[in-house]
Amino acid sequence: MSAIGVIFSNIHDDNIPELSQRRTMGSLPYGGRYRLIDFALSNLVNSGVTTVGIITKNNYQSLMDHLGSGKDWDLARKTGGLILLPPFGARNGDGLYKNRLEALKGITGFLNRRNEDYAVLCDCDGVYRMDLSAVIDYHEAKQADITLVCHNEEIANSSNYTTVKTDEDGRITDIKINETVRGCEKFYSNIMIVGRQFLLSLIEDAVAHGYKSFREDIIMRRIKSLKIYAYDFEGYHATIDSLASYFRHNMELLQKPVRDELFGARDIYTKVRDSAPSKYGDASQVKNSLISDGCIVEGTVENSILFRGVKVGKGTAVRNSIVMQDTVIGDNVSLDYVITDKNVVIRDRRVLAGCDVQPYFLSKGTMI
Amino acid sequence: MLLAGGQGSRLYALTNNIAKPAVPFGAKYRIIDFPLSNCINSGIDTVGVLTQYQPLMLNEYIGNGQPWDLDRNFGGVHILSPYQKKSKSAWYEGTANAIYQNLNFIKMYNPEYVLILSGDHIYKMDYSKMLRAHIETGADCTIAAIEVPLKEASRFGILNTNPDGSIYEFEEKPKQPKSTLASMGVYIFTAEKMYTYLEADENDPDSSKDFGKNVLPAMLNAGEKMFAYRFEGYWKDVGTVSSLWEANMDLLGEDPAFDVGDQHWKIHSRNPLAPPEYMGENAVVKNSMVALGCEIYGTVENSVLSSNVVVEEGATVKDAVIMSGTVVKSGARVSYSIVDEDVVIEEGAAVGEDKETAKGIAVLGRNISVGKKASVAAGNIVDKNIAEGEEA
Repeated sequence: MSAIGVIFSNIHDDNIPELSQRRTMGSLPYGGRYRLIDFALSNLVNSGVTTVGIITKNNYQSLMDHLGSGKDWDLARKTGGLILLPPFGARNGDGLYKNRLEALKGITGFLNRRNEDYAVLCDCDGVYRMDLSAVIDYHEAKQADITLVCHNEEIANSSNYTTVKTDEDGRITDIKINETVRGCEKFYSNIMIVGRQFLLSLIEDAVAHGYKSFREDIIMRRIKSLKIYAYDFEGYHATIDSLASYFRHNMELLQKPVRDELFGARDIYTKVRDSAPSKYGDASQVKNSLISDGCIVEGTVENSILFRGVKVGKGTAVRNSIVMQDTVIGDNVSLDYVITDKNVVIRDRRVLAGCDVQPYFLSKGTMI
Repeated sequence: MLLAGGQGSRLYALTNNIAKPAVPFGAKYRIIDFPLSNCINSGIDTVGVLTQYQPLMLNEYIGNGQPWDLDRNFGGVHILSPYQKKSKSAWYEGTANAIYQNLNFIKMYNPEYVLILSGDHIYKMDYSKMLRAHIETGADCTIAAIEVPLKEASRFGILNTNPDGSIYEFEEKPKQPKSTLASMGVYIFTAEKMYTYLEADENDPDSSKDFGKNVLPAMLNAGEKMFAYRFEGYWKDVGTVSSLWEANMDLLGEDPAFDVGDQHWKIHSRNPLAPPEYMGENAVVKNSMVALGCEIYGTVENSVLSSNVVVEEGATVKDAVIMSGTVVKSGARVSYSIVDEDVVIEEGAAVGEDKETAKGIAVLGRNISVGKKASVAAGNIVDKNIAEGEEA
């Protein structure tokens, strides 16, 4: 088997406008030192996929900064490697795509030039560690036309999901998009395996028919004629579809089983920054928290996640918060249920609080 | 040209299997990161690293030089091991001989000046300033020098200088030092002069083929222009267990003696592939440096912990340097020690003694285990497994 990867870096940007205002979903900081795209990229690389195209649309400066040449994922290669696919990148593209189908139409040149058998299509809204070669094996064993990776997840209330029904064999019998769901359902994880040539023929056919939506017009329309299978992923999978779910899933990393599953094998890659190791002062009190490198902690940190290069001043208490990279928190500050984006400065004696379902959010570069 | 072949025998168990420059330092670095980072930060992008003793780890670590931006089409980093020659084959016999054997490498780049470094010091230095001084004084050789306490001066090569900085006398490890200006083992030579004196030294059967003992005195005696370049700042030879421990401790505190977090002079290194460190519900971490991937459930004070170290609940680590992958199990105690990589310290074991009363630093070599309720006395150096309940 051989496969190329295609990552949609922008597709879910609208779900978290607070965080994706100035970046793609793919470059959303996560888990102390990662960006969401690191999970998709690392899974591809660890599954032996070494040619990965990344579809971008707008706001992709931060993504390009993060990815560089791809060397941190071992994707700086002469053959294949990391290939950015910006809008206006090809003659047959129409520039800024409005949907997944148009995005794919814009990369038919990339898909055509390769000679791998399969394409693995991933979005950047999931946090998981998955052996995709097992999914391809499943795809081959079922002689499927398309395989959708699915997972079961408990959802409070959201309409950002695609729910899936299957028969006993795993073949998908029904798909519903953006239905409001509550409770535990089988969801499409936004990871798809499809034959590369077959994908090209699907795109060509859809364009010829003037179709608009990959899911509605290609998958749902042909659910009976195509063999579309669901691969049940049993491991940990978090879908990031709102600021609240972003907060909740980040906090799940404070649980050892979740950390062990995602990071136990030490093979989720990310950009290295050469930060110094973190330092803890004489009066620091750090409990149940994840602290990344380059931090200087002089105060109290509880039930929180500190990204790289964060400073926590003396007499300061940071609780139940996510503090993104290079945020500077002064002395005698109190933060509770706060998310600060990058480069936020919080001066001495400020008191800020949100709550678990509605964390207080400070956008990039804010000074309080 | 970075001399990295030294065994570092005074680090005992820590250099059983690796060369001294590859010894881990400061939670995520290795000693060689400092001269390599200094090079790239000073604009020097062609570096030969001369290895001889146990080079495997060092070769693996340096790789293609990418972490230091030294993967170049022209120049970059090159590992230079002793090699077989047509007439005879020889190990590097001294610092000067090591460079002599690699003159072909140097001449390939046709440099005007050659910087000689050693791979066993912790410091941040802008070599480009020293090079500028070398050019301005018109020197044939410039030696970086630092003031040291009088009582330590006899451990170093001592430079006796005129007011203009020119050197009139060079004494290697003098019993009665005349000054306290010590050579840092960092030299800049005008290339042609260096070639001449290295060739002469090579043909001298009585020479021990060492820069400090032979080449520099020979140049001085011949009346070549030699200048001292005074370096002010932190510089530490970490060739002994106690100096390695001290240098690690110098990183701690609000205003540390040596700051590795300096954004204007980044120390580059290979980065551990690990998630952020996790501090548990009952963790106590004070005045310490902790690297990625650590899981701390117990107490850590005045210590430096490298990546992926686990300190279980009820375990105490105090005044210690602990390297990657080591596990300190529940109820175990580590005090005033250096513990190498991948050591397992079982439940209730005790390593070292309180710094205030201990007679020395306990050292545990890599990949060993200390059994349940076993103990390692202060100042002892251990490189074999210690059985349950045993006292070592």
